[in-house]
Amino acid sequence: MKTKFVLVCALLLSACVTQQGVLRGTGDLGVVIERAAGSIKVVETTDRTSLYGLKGLGDLSHASTVFSRDGRYAFIFGRDGGLSKIDLLERKIVKRVMQSGNSIGGAISQDGKLIAVSNYKPGGVKVFNSATLDLVADIPATEIGDGKRSKVVGLVDAPGQKFVFSLYDSGEIWVADFANGNKPVIQKFKDIGTLPYDGLVTPDGRYYIAGLFGEDGLSLLDLWQTDKGVKRILDGYGRGKRKLPVYKMPHLEGWASVGDQLFLPAVGHHEVLVVERDSWKKIDAIPVHGQPIFAVARPDGRQIWVNFAHPRNDVVQVIDVPSRKVIKTLKPGKAVLHLEFTPRGEQVWLSVRDEDRVEVYDTRTFEQLTTIKADKPSGIFLTARANRTGL
Amino acid sequence: MLRALLSSVFLISIVGTALAAEPNADRKSELLYRLKHDCGSCHGMTLKGGLGPALLPASIKEHSNEFLIDVIRDGVAGTPMPPWGVELSQDEAAWLVKKLRAGVSHEN
Ligand code: HEC
Repeated sequence: MKTKFVLVCALLLSACVTQQGVLRGTGDLGVVIERAAGSIKVVETTDRTSLYGLKGLGDLSHASTVFSRDGRYAFIFGRDGGLSKIDLLERKIVKRVMQSGNSIGGAISQDGKLIAVSNYKPGGVKVFNSATLDLVADIPATEIGDGKRSKVVGLVDAPGQKFVFSLYDSGEIWVADFANGNKPVIQKFKDIGTLPYDGLVTPDGRYYIAGLFGEDGLSLLDLWQTDKGVKRILDGYGRGKRKLPVYKMPHLEGWASVGDQLFLPAVGHHEVLVVERDSWKKIDAIPVHGQPIFAVARPDGRQIWVNFAHPRNDVVQVIDVPSRKVIKTLKPGKAVLHLEFTPRGEQVWLSVRDEDRVEVYDTRTFEQLTTIKADKPSGIFLTARANRTGL
Repeated sequence: MLRALLSSVFLISIVGTALAAEPNADRKSELLYRLKHDCGSCHGMTLKGGLGPALLPASIKEHSNEFLIDVIRDGVAGTPMPPWGVELSQDEAAWLVKKLRAGVSHEN
């Protein structure tokens, strides 16, 4: 009786004293960006709660996050060029550097030792040691006159300790290979098309694809055979149809790759395109509610969830992959900006910016499971990304 | 002389219409919200630039009001700048340009 009491006491005490120090893993944690306040919420997907918030991360109006391979640290890339390293367990900012004037995103290397950031101003890529955030390499982009350099977009990691990215103004794809240390070997592909605005790598790390704003088509680089050069695919995929104005740039990072098919947002059309891998031919165009921004596959590949550009951004649709039909239309609220699945796909987390909340849905029943308050939430990033190429 | 007179008449009339047709208070706060979040997705939430150029007072000072209003309403073909004319009337675009020239505070 007495020992039991003491035990409970001791337990309670330790729980109280080191409330943050209770042993836990990070596999069910995630980061929600609060874009206007420059803060984040750290959430967990087991009981679906918000654990704590962190402030002082600068301008997060276009922010993204990658995770260390042990899932303990989050690296947050802010719009203002800030790169912050967060210890998810100690609940604090470990280090923060202002690495440029204006940045757009980042990636972590295959071995987890390097963090690369793509910058608009000055245009280029900077690479940091992930332990210390010390600068390791600076890769300025092509000069475009007036002392300016091309903006860099679509930065991803690829196998073989590589970073691949696109140059928006100069229309290039570069591959920076860090396999032999911190002096990268850079391979440059020129004339790949006008205004590449984002890029992705297939989950196996083989194909890099850049979306082009200036033309109806995409640029493909096979990283297994870079000597074959960049190839144009889906040329004129929207031909014959009037292209609608694009009020928000689609994101390619969320492209869904299911088996030998890719599902991708059609720029300027109310469609999700289905493309056959290897032949790179369009095999279908699925009509949807608006211009897709993210088209993301549930981890098992059975469903694709799609959100839309302003002003049709209060809706999310679910495409059934086998039938390629929209099977559900949900209305989570005004300005659904991002969606993220739990690692095995039973839940999806949606950020609803204008309503200041994150909604969690059951992906099988489409039932709303919970609502979490967040200040103008945008990106949601779960730690399972730590172990996936290109995310 | 005549020319100066004419242009001042012209100016007055522009100022006159701009004042007469200012959006109401609700619409103004809606417009500012859109500026920050929707224009901000390309121009940066603090308008310091992103994929699109900075829209700070100093960055647009070389451009005329007409040019800026046209760009906002008609977009720039061949670039990601979309035409906002369906959502923003001439007067609303003019009011936004006035706000951009004065510098938008980011407190709210
Ligand atoms: C999808 C991306 C995108 C969105 C959203 C967007 N813009 Fe733009 N904007 C651009 C780009 C890119 C340019 C540069 C076009 C060029 O190359 O001439 C531009 C140019 C401009 C210019 C001309 C600036 C200059 O110095 O030439 C103005 C003014 C402007 N935008 C205002 C707005 C306003 C106001 C909104 C919101 C109602 C808005 N933009 C939304 C991408 C965007």
